[in-house]
Amino acid sequence: MAKILKNREILLVIAIAALLVAITLRFPGFVAPANLARVYNDTSILIILALGQMAVILTRCIDLSMAANLALCGMVAAMINAAFPGVPIPLVILVVVALGALLGSINGLLVWKLDIPPIVVTLGTLTIYRGTIFLLSNGAWINAHQMSDAFKALPRAPLAGLPVLSWLSVLAIAAVYLLMTRTPVGRAFFAVGGNPHAAVYTGIDVGRTRFLAYCLSGALAGLSGYLWVSRYAVAYVDIAAGFELDIIAACVIGGISIAGGIGSVPGAVLGALFLGVIKNALPVVNISPFAQLAISGTVIIIAVAVNARTEKRKGRVILKKAEAV
Amino acid sequence: MAEARLSPRVIPDRLQSRGSRVLKSWESLLLVVAVLIFTINSFASPYFLDPWNLSDATFNFTEKAMIAFAMALVIISGEIDLSVASIIALSSTAMGLAVTMGADTPMLVVVGLGTGLLCGAVNGLLITGLGLPSIVVTIGTMSLFRGLSFIILGDQAFTGYPASFAYFGQGYVWWVFSFEFALFVLFALIYSVLLHKTNFGRAVYAIGNNQTAALFSGVRVGRVKFILFLLTGLMAGIASICLTSRLGSTRPSIALGVELEVVTMVVLGGVSILGGSGTIPGVVLAAFIMGMVTFGFGLLNVPGIVMSIFIGVLLISVIALPILWARARRRVAH
Repeated sequence: MAKILKNREILLVIAIAALLVAITLRFPGFVAPANLARVYNDTSILIILALGQMAVILTRCIDLSMAANLALCGMVAAMINAAFPGVPIPLVILVVVALGALLGSINGLLVWKLDIPPIVVTLGTLTIYRGTIFLLSNGAWINAHQMSDAFKALPRAPLAGLPVLSWLSVLAIAAVYLLMTRTPVGRAFFAVGGNPHAAVYTGIDVGRTRFLAYCLSGALAGLSGYLWVSRYAVAYVDIAAGFELDIIAACVIGGISIAGGIGSVPGAVLGALFLGVIKNALPVVNISPFAQLAISGTVIIIAVAVNARTEKRKGRVILKKAEAV
Repeated sequence: MAEARLSPRVIPDRLQSRGSRVLKSWESLLLVVAVLIFTINSFASPYFLDPWNLSDATFNFTEKAMIAFAMALVIISGEIDLSVASIIALSSTAMGLAVTMGADTPMLVVVGLGTGLLCGAVNGLLITGLGLPSIVVTIGTMSLFRGLSFIILGDQAFTGYPASFAYFGQGYVWWVFSFEFALFVLFALIYSVLLHKTNFGRAVYAIGNNQTAALFSGVRVGRVKFILFLLTGLMAGIASICLTSRLGSTRPSIALGVELEVVTMVVLGGVSILGGSGTIPGVVLAAFIMGMVTFGFGLLNVPGIVMSIFIGVLLISVIALPILWARARRRVAH
């Protein structure tokens, strides 16, 4: 029993189930399969982004620029579509994923080659990417009527009962799961975060691994950029402003240690879902949507407190060391 | 996020003289940059060198710089506080609430400072009491504090501050020197003395360089850190009073994103984000540079968001350039 309670994924499943039960008491319709599918679909973008952030956090870095990267890629996707409606949508997606990866690689290169602390790099690129959107668009909005129908329809198109958006997130989860558990680079993410010095001795290039993590988070942010803009059918400078905090929150709730090296794909997904359920439930149970920010803040603090407790019990203390490095 | 460097440490054969150390210091580089920007600005716009215009320009940085002083200490000690902008919002909301209950100006000041201190205490307790990483805790409290203002205010705004309350953000002490600027100078002096001339300041450096060693040397690490977060909360409260007084209204989105500018200011001022080094004069110069840049761009009708690109580039390049420079020199030396 104690073991189950220490397992973050099971704990989260229980928490989400409890949340659903509590909501159902006030509003039974919430747990109808169709509605749950809608909640999942609404959380899909957050899940995709949390997967990328997870890879970065695992290597002891952080990517605060994800939301800005998303917004820039979304704007580029919308501008391509508005200017050349004939360009096939898969090509547009390919372009923005590549662009996202490129923007992520800038973060990665600065961290890798110049040894600048990740938080400073991404704080800087966050403002630079946001500003670039303004330079590209001159502050103008790209509205629904400027986008082609195919552009807007793709994430909504039903496929075997679920919208393509949901399927894309399922695909992303599966791909990142395989990457994390079945490939050398995925294991390297954990090794680098767990102990960078030991990683060097096992032949892992710490800087290069971090660079790859940033490329992954950038590419996923690029993909999310298209999905966000096509789903909400509008692109402007401030889309997804502040969303980087939600992404980090999802990771922290999912048990990914900010100190690196600890975390799992199911954890990140469940963390995102937890936030998604709360966000979707608030209007249903008649809590002001203005309360959402305060609730997610409280959840982050509780989650990080729980993380710290579970991370502390790691084997026997052999060499007595003062708390916290 | 601090971690040991993998490269070997080079110990120089002889130490540099005091003079060359001062010349090569980060602060002198900042001074050169500040003078350069000042000169460029005065050529770029004929309106720049007007005393009243320059006085207006100080409002661009005084409030942020006041927080940056306390933030510098927090970052030197190896922690970070990302919740400062939200503390501004919550303090401002609390003051707005107090106004609707009929509070007068002194009472408002008490409410503003008290809310700031309380928020700082919450951060400090979570970080030192429970031993949680400050970056995540303050991301959490950043949502929480601003979230509370949203719950209280929703899409409304508080206005109707008493006339005497306007002095803090709009009053002038003497000629073109505003009350805010005087406060900025005062706090620059106080924090310089605190960091560079007191035991407390030495303890802050000691914690930032090696927390374990500091603990074994008898520094009360937890207590010092708690005080630092308390101070940051207090400074955010003061900044909130100034900002609220200057704007004359409170919305929950007040001071959105200010934490980034404060951190940028501190890092630009030469404070290592990994902790352990940095000076208050450096932060003062960085405040002037950021204020002059945004003001100069403003006079040239550059939109705010383009200025933020510049600040972002500045932030990365001021850290990258010395690294590149050192590398180039090493290559030449070999």
